[in-house]
Amino acid sequence: MTDLPWLTILMVVPLVGSLVVAILPSAETAKQTALGISLVTLALGVVAAAQFQTGSGEQFQLVEEHSWIPQFGVSYALGVDGIALTLILLALVLTPVCLLAAWNDLEGEAASGRRVQTYFALMLVLVTFMVGVFAATDVFLFYVFFEAMLIPVYFLIGSFGGAHRRYAAIKFLLFSLLGGLIMLVAVIALYFVGPGGSDGFLVSSLTGLDIDASTEKWLFVGFFIAFAIKAPMWPVHTWLPDAASAAKPATAVLLVGVLDKVGTYGMIRFCLQLFPEASAWATPVVITLAVISILYGAMLAIAQTDFMRLIAFTSVSHFGFIVLGIFAMTSVGGGGAALYMVNHGFSTAALFLIVGMLIYRNYGSQQIGDFGGWQRITPGVAGVFLVACLSALSLPGLSTFVSEFLVFVGTYQRYPVAALVALPAVVLASIYALWMYKRSMTGPRPDLGRFVPDLSLREKVVVAPLIIALLGLGFFPKLALDVIDPAVQQTLTHVDVEDVSAPQATSGSER
Amino acid sequence: MTSLVTASAAAAGAGPAYAWLLVALPLLGAAVLLLGGRRTDSFGPLLATALSWASFVVALPLLFAMLSRDPSERAVQHTLYSWIPVGDFQLDAGILLDPLSISFVLLITFVGSLIHVYSLGYMKDDPSHVRGEGRELTEWETSREPSDRRRFFAYLNLFVAAMLLLVLADSYALLFVGWEGVGLASYLLIGFWNQNRAYATAANKAFWVNRVGDMGVLAAMMAMFASFGALDFATVAESAPEASTGLLVLVGLLLLLGATGKSAQFPLQSWLGDAMAGPTPVSALIHAATMVTAGVYLIVRSAPIFDSAPTAQTAVAVIGAITLLYGAIVGLAKDDIKKALAASTMSQIGYMMLAAGLGPVGYVYAIMHLLTHGFFKAGMFLGAGSVMHGMKDEVNMRRFGNLNAFMKITWVTFGLGWLAIIGVPPFSGFWSKDGVIESAFVGEGIKPWLLGGAALIGAGITAFYMSRLFFMTFHGKARWDEKEYHPHESPLTMTVPMMVLSVGSAALGLILYFGGFKTFLEPVVGHAEEHHPVLPVPVIMGLTLALVAIGAFLAYRQYAAAEVPVTPPEGSWATKAARADLYQEEVNRTLFEQPGVALARGLDFADRSGVDGTVGGLSSWIASASSSLRRLQNGLARSYALTMLSGVVVLLGAMWVMQ
Repeated sequence: MTDLPWLTILMVVPLVGSLVVAILPSAETAKQTALGISLVTLALGVVAAAQFQTGSGEQFQLVEEHSWIPQFGVSYALGVDGIALTLILLALVLTPVCLLAAWNDLEGEAASGRRVQTYFALMLVLVTFMVGVFAATDVFLFYVFFEAMLIPVYFLIGSFGGAHRRYAAIKFLLFSLLGGLIMLVAVIALYFVGPGGSDGFLVSSLTGLDIDASTEKWLFVGFFIAFAIKAPMWPVHTWLPDAASAAKPATAVLLVGVLDKVGTYGMIRFCLQLFPEASAWATPVVITLAVISILYGAMLAIAQTDFMRLIAFTSVSHFGFIVLGIFAMTSVGGGGAALYMVNHGFSTAALFLIVGMLIYRNYGSQQIGDFGGWQRITPGVAGVFLVACLSALSLPGLSTFVSEFLVFVGTYQRYPVAALVALPAVVLASIYALWMYKRSMTGPRPDLGRFVPDLSLREKVVVAPLIIALLGLGFFPKLALDVIDPAVQQTLTHVDVEDVSAPQATSGSER
Repeated sequence: MTSLVTASAAAAGAGPAYAWLLVALPLLGAAVLLLGGRRTDSFGPLLATALSWASFVVALPLLFAMLSRDPSERAVQHTLYSWIPVGDFQLDAGILLDPLSISFVLLITFVGSLIHVYSLGYMKDDPSHVRGEGRELTEWETSREPSDRRRFFAYLNLFVAAMLLLVLADSYALLFVGWEGVGLASYLLIGFWNQNRAYATAANKAFWVNRVGDMGVLAAMMAMFASFGALDFATVAESAPEASTGLLVLVGLLLLLGATGKSAQFPLQSWLGDAMAGPTPVSALIHAATMVTAGVYLIVRSAPIFDSAPTAQTAVAVIGAITLLYGAIVGLAKDDIKKALAASTMSQIGYMMLAAGLGPVGYVYAIMHLLTHGFFKAGMFLGAGSVMHGMKDEVNMRRFGNLNAFMKITWVTFGLGWLAIIGVPPFSGFWSKDGVIESAFVGEGIKPWLLGGAALIGAGITAFYMSRLFFMTFHGKARWDEKEYHPHESPLTMTVPMMVLSVGSAALGLILYFGGFKTFLEPVVGHAEEHHPVLPVPVIMGLTLALVAIGAFLAYRQYAAAEVPVTPPEGSWATKAARADLYQEEVNRTLFEQPGVALARGLDFADRSGVDGTVGGLSSWIASASSSLRRLQNGLARSYALTMLSGVVVLLGAMWVMQ
């Protein structure tokens, strides 16, 4: 079983599935087929993950390697470490959840002639690329997936979004392409400073190179800009609120919850691993940008009046935390950041999808001010929405606390000032999260003059796995940390920064 | 001055494996009631009450087992599982049972369970939809009203579980889970009737202000991990004496910030008055007896840090002294019975904080006062709830008067609480508060005079405003309209808990004082050497009692013997300031809220125009690009191809340069 090309299978199944879904004549069948395929992919993903061994000394497992364009040094090389594996699993779990959540979201589109089948097929295509981008261990292959992802997302936003979908989709595309082009230059240049040859683009061939210092800095910057746009960090975040508020909630989940993680994942895999010295050189700037993102995103979230924009800005803040943890370059901060990527996926999914349920019930209005008092009429939706809000403010007991806490602790070990400056974000988060809840859910029962249903069975099935994940990883983060930790240690070895080891309890070396 | 024995926590063998049930039972109740839906409406409240009592029952054998052991082996630690293992950060979830935590466990489960019982009666006909502003509901809507009673008991159970986790945790990190858990329960219960917008705002305010304090706890944990490499109490206690004073002062001050938030101490006290928006049993349990005392627990639990950081310790005492006067002054002017009690809670916790800031001399009195206060203040809040129950939810004491004739049980039980809080011997508060005042007078220089003086004056003011409250409510002429109000005694489910608590108000102090509570707590907080206050003890006690007598007499003259005006007199500037909580709210609004909101809005505007525009002037570019794209039939594919093409050109250029 271990010899099967698991990662390729995880990409082929949804891709083939998407073709089937696209040509199905009935929208209902298409939806069911898409859901089935996403569940099969998830099951395969779980089986693949079971082959993964946490104690292994190798950086990558489930490895596949084939020569692709040997003249250019490009290989079709896949493999995962603990970080990539958890992100792939995150994507595979969120996909069926999102498909189920989007079940009735396309009634308007179906009426206006846009095909439901296309939406579900594009979501499946996205799965292929999400797996590919996290599994690629060849820099060029990674770049191909990195750019290819844009296509389904462009159509998912541009064809199936809300009022400003075209503007938002093009803005998203231009920002991403800009970053992608800069990265392309760096990718090509990297090949030339590397050993070259028919497998010159392999991550393993490019790790630990002795690059001229200024070249290394330029290469780092090339990659970093692309990842910062994707992540998104201040000041190149402005595409995200537009894209998220124009997208369907399910699209927004995969976009913000998974695809944007390519940015932070790329920082770990490529910036830190391939350009360790330049990473150390850039750290002060990156940490400053991360802290600004944290506070700026949270402040902006407070000022928003649109649910989807508000959630998008919370993500700007949370991505700031992830970047902060990565560049703290401690095992605690790195582990926290890697765990944050997973937790943020579940938290954001819960926020977007539950808000989606509210928007659906309020005839498409995303304005927070159009709600109020809904706890009285939909207590179930209000309850799960509150849990989602609490996960956004990182309440202990929920998984988001563990990762945020680790980022704080790990950052303080090396950069206490940065950790302390970022700290007010915990207050700001409680303000945006609970104020959003207050404006929409509390107050006197609204007089809508119609029946508004509470959580349906389908919606309960959508929400349940998210809340289980938030609670489960809150009390038992070990499940994920055991997989993540070796990968983080490995990265730190590449960076060759000595981990700030915790002082031994008995030595009391402070004096 | 003291020898620290706290470290023995880790050494003393395996703990009782079933202690986790203490937390798990009420948590199970909360889960069943919240997830079970309407099916649990009928039995849910009873189940929640039973599970809370079950926790108390589990606690008893733990206490007996502890008492049967040698004092040096009473602290037992039990590791449950590996919670957060990453790199050097190996954090286990574990339970620490020692004399300090078991004292809290008994308080929480006993008072908490009594309040569950009380709530069975109090929340029987929860008129929640009536309390919301707005219109009458249609019959159809009423039939779909969410079951608030079940939700109430679920939250109460959640609170008990979180509070128990807070005091049982064996590390700061796990303590913080309980710390935020009680904050959540408090938020949910303050906003229990959040169909009333003001109540929803009060709930948010409580959470936000507490979060400001939480920053302190978080930062303290960061600093502790960076220096000690661990967050469990045993390791911290072991490492603290060897750490630099600067670090310990920093950690101490940060922990104090956290404590001021949770315990409503100056300058983070503003939320507690508004928190009275919650149902009265909640005010009794969370905002008087247990949660608000968590700050005191945190300080006492961190004794190893504070004992080596005198500056931080003094800061604790000073904050306590300021707050005890602050609360007392605010209490003087309040006409709302619940807000007056809230001000008194703030003030009494000030006493505990003051004591906790005195070091080993004061710790035991801080905890003793915390326990006696838990009984008498909870009893008085339940009494206030009983009065409201009989008076159509009226809270304005100027509308009360002569209620002793109608509510005998409430009057007597409340009266015992009143005697206890003002410190009349031999009632509970006398023993604990007198201990605090005496300890405050211990020390050198001007410090004991200032702290002791504040505690002494506070005792006099307390006697005045609590007597004012008691007389305005139960004595004097009836100031309510007989046609409108029909005061009556509450049902047994409510009065029995009040009676039980009043026994505590009367006798708990005596029991603790003579029952050896001081030596019981010693293994945790250290042994205090024989100490001598700057004034002889009988003088301090005499002064205290004289001030109490004067305060109570003045209140009697003004509020029982004389007529109480129904409309509050305009009052001096001082009265106005006290009524307005000494303008804390206005200060917060002007300094933080308004500039904060303005900043957020300004940034939002700048983000839409400035940042978005500046980043490559993209806005206009996108506008033109999108219109030109729309002109092309197959716009996207072509532009994409074009981009790829330009990419290849750049690529080739790069290759050429490199070669």
